[in-house]
Amino acid sequence: MSIWEYANPTRFMQTSGKLLPTVAVLSLLCLVIGLIWGFFFTPDDYRQGSTVKIIYLHVPSALMAINAWLMMLVTSLIWLVRRHHVSALAAKAAAPIGLTMTLIALITGAIWGQPMWGTYWAWDPRLTSFLILFLFYLGYMALWAAIENPDTAADLTSVLCLVGSVFALLSRYAVNFWNQGLHQGASLSLDKEENVADVFYLPLLVAIAGFVLLFLALVLLRTRTEIRIRRAGALVARERLS
Amino acid sequence: MPDLGKYADTVLSAYAISIAILIGLVALSVWQSRRARARLAEIEARRNAAKSR
Repeated sequence: MSIWEYANPTRFMQTSGKLLPTVAVLSLLCLVIGLIWGFFFTPDDYRQGSTVKIIYLHVPSALMAINAWLMMLVTSLIWLVRRHHVSALAAKAAAPIGLTMTLIALITGAIWGQPMWGTYWAWDPRLTSFLILFLFYLGYMALWAAIENPDTAADLTSVLCLVGSVFALLSRYAVNFWNQGLHQGASLSLDKEENVADVFYLPLLVAIAGFVLLFLALVLLRTRTEIRIRRAGALVARERLS
Repeated sequence: MPDLGKYADTVLSAYAISIAILIGLVALSVWQSRRARARLAEIEARRNAAKSR
């Protein structure tokens, strides 16, 4: 069986309809366990005090803010190369979720920054690239809303997505590119010898799993909504013609 | 409730705002999904009725 079979809207609706309840329940479980574990059952950090508990919201949301854009990049490329409508609609469906994740990362970062850095905001490379990513999400959604022809909208938003990918990558690697600013290095990394201490690491992993599954559940739900809206629009247009 | 010390407001506001935003996103997505499903069902029913006439 080929992955391209899911580019068929009917096939996508059947499969996503079966997957969605399981993914949604798993997401809720991981979020509840991860956040309760992190909030109630982890100690304070010796320097950050109880503000370390914000890590269970800030790191997963920041991670999803970048990865949502990367998912949109892949689906946009599939649209540009293979012209699969489900792919373009999945990118459209992911944008509000990515925007929300970016907003949560910015807000929790600002709230944490006030007591730790003495300021809500600094024009630091990572913070600034995240703000630009947030604006790209807004621009991407505005472009979809502004163009009536869905194929033209998918073409133009795909190109915008390619351009915005520079900032999605900058958001991830800004700390490494410019060794300056207030923001510390990554809390979790596959290529680092040390991550955060295990006592914070394990609940953080569960919270991240919850955010990833929530993203997946919402992308499936919202893509199904977009397919239905597209189908309803096509039927209404056919009615008018007849 | 854990003792959050002098940062209680900071931590609680971060959690309250984030959870509120997440619940808002989920509620909006579910509402839009239901609305789209109802609208499509209505159009398909109208179409089927027109066909059977």
